Amino acid sequence: MAFGSVGALLRAAEEGKPLWEAVLDEDCRDRGVDKKDSWERMTALWTAMVRSVDEYDPGQRSASGLSGGQAAKMAAAEKTLCGPYMGRVMATALSVAERNACMGRIVAAPTAGASGVVPAVLIPLRARENLDDEAMVRCLYVAAGFGQVIATRASISGAEHGCQAEIGSASGMAAAALVHAMGGTPGQMADACAMALQNVMGLVCDPVGGLVEEPCVKRNVMGAVNAMAAADMALAGIASAIPCDDVIDAMAAVGRAMPAALRETGEGGLAATRTGRKIAQRTGGKPGV
Amino acid sequence: MTIFDVMGPVMVGPSSSHTAGAVRIGLTARRLLASEPVKADILLHGSFAATGAGHGTDRAIVAGLLGLAPDDADIPRSLQLAKERGMAVHIHTGELRNAHPNTALVTVTNAMDRSVELSASSLGGGRIRINAIDGMEASFSGEYPTLIIRNQDRPGMLSEITRVLYEQRTNIATLQLYRDRKGGLAVTVIECDDPLTPALRQELAGLDGVVRYTYLNMGEGT
Repeated sequence: MAFGSVGALLRAAEEGKPLWEAVLDEDCRDRGVDKKDSWERMTALWTAMVRSVDEYDPGQRSASGLSGGQAAKMAAAEKTLCGPYMGRVMATALSVAERNACMGRIVAAPTAGASGVVPAVLIPLRARENLDDEAMVRCLYVAAGFGQVIATRASISGAEHGCQAEIGSASGMAAAALVHAMGGTPGQMADACAMALQNVMGLVCDPVGGLVEEPCVKRNVMGAVNAMAAADMALAGIASAIPCDDVIDAMAAVGRAMPAALRETGEGGLAATRTGRKIAQRTGGKPGV
Repeated sequence: MTIFDVMGPVMVGPSSSHTAGAVRIGLTARRLLASEPVKADILLHGSFAATGAGHGTDRAIVAGLLGLAPDDADIPRSLQLAKERGMAVHIHTGELRNAHPNTALVTVTNAMDRSVELSASSLGGGRIRINAIDGMEASFSGEYPTLIIRNQDRPGMLSEITRVLYEQRTNIATLQLYRDRKGGLAVTVIECDDPLTPALRQELAGLDGVVRYTYLNMGEGT
């Protein structure tokens, strides 16, 4: 078992090595492998992430017909409120989430349903900041380190703790990785993760027809945008009043209090709306009650 | 829980539990049969039954039975592949008693008419739990080389089994015991840190009191 708290993660990073390296070293101890083995495995995930974006097919549609073509629409929008860079982030989030819905190959980060968030914030950033692949792999270690604490103290499963545990966790992990990429401190990474999680606390998992499509695909966009805002706040010196570990524990408590209908059963929230039920009937998915 | 349970796996969507985990259930059934299945009966229970079609759970399990990995781009067309390879597939839904919401009961048969029945659940993140093999209760992940031994419930049986493992310096990761009644039949499930050699498996099979055994190693081919 590796880091059980963000506090422990920060203490390890105080011992003279960068936070990403503390996560890597702990992985080596945890799994009994050497640095090269761990690094190669993480690099393979980064390569697969880049491919999942590069191979986006605007013509693909999911079996239900609910997903497909949305990333292309976003990328083609000429004038956006968020500006061209944020537009690229949003289109990237959509492209991976749609590809997932269409049974394409993606990297679960931390889950398949939330697989668009981390690549959406990292891939456009690599191009804009001229970063190399090694820098991006280090970002993934930071994201995984925070993700591991969330998974240990709370959950990364929508069926257990709602969407806050899936898109929320992805957003917190992405926010920490962004702070690292922009040269922030470990403390700022923890603040960014905490703020990203605070912003989505209580978010329910209510997939229409029980399918990982509506609203999941669009929530990947929200997770990415939220991560960037939280990272920018942390980098600007804004701290989370509640420490990251406490935020994660609060998220777990909220998750435990969530009724089953709002935890990936397809029986509550958007899934239980009249239209949601109709879509479920049409797609042969879960009817919703 | 390692960092690679949080970051990764590379997989075909849309759901780590309903798709990637389902592929692993199919793969596990194939490994247990240790040969090419020609017939498969797949019963989907709970959420697998309710939302399995939209998540491709049916295609994912069949893909695993064909030996495809969770990241194989051919998973969506596995039903067609099964047809081409001459594997007869019957998929239906049903209720299993006291089962996890994401559970499948898979019965596979090879050309020699040998069958294996596997009950397994998908726990999320692509991880699975094997609940029973041929009706023998168990609870393990399949992530380690695993022995499933049906043996007589008598004093000393376990020490004889573990003695064989110790002779080859095989470390036991976890160990579970189940039995139907005192002095009846027991099931011993042992997860090991290292793969077991054929010689060691032979010695275990030859132990007095061992009725039958199954060996599962997801790291080895077929």
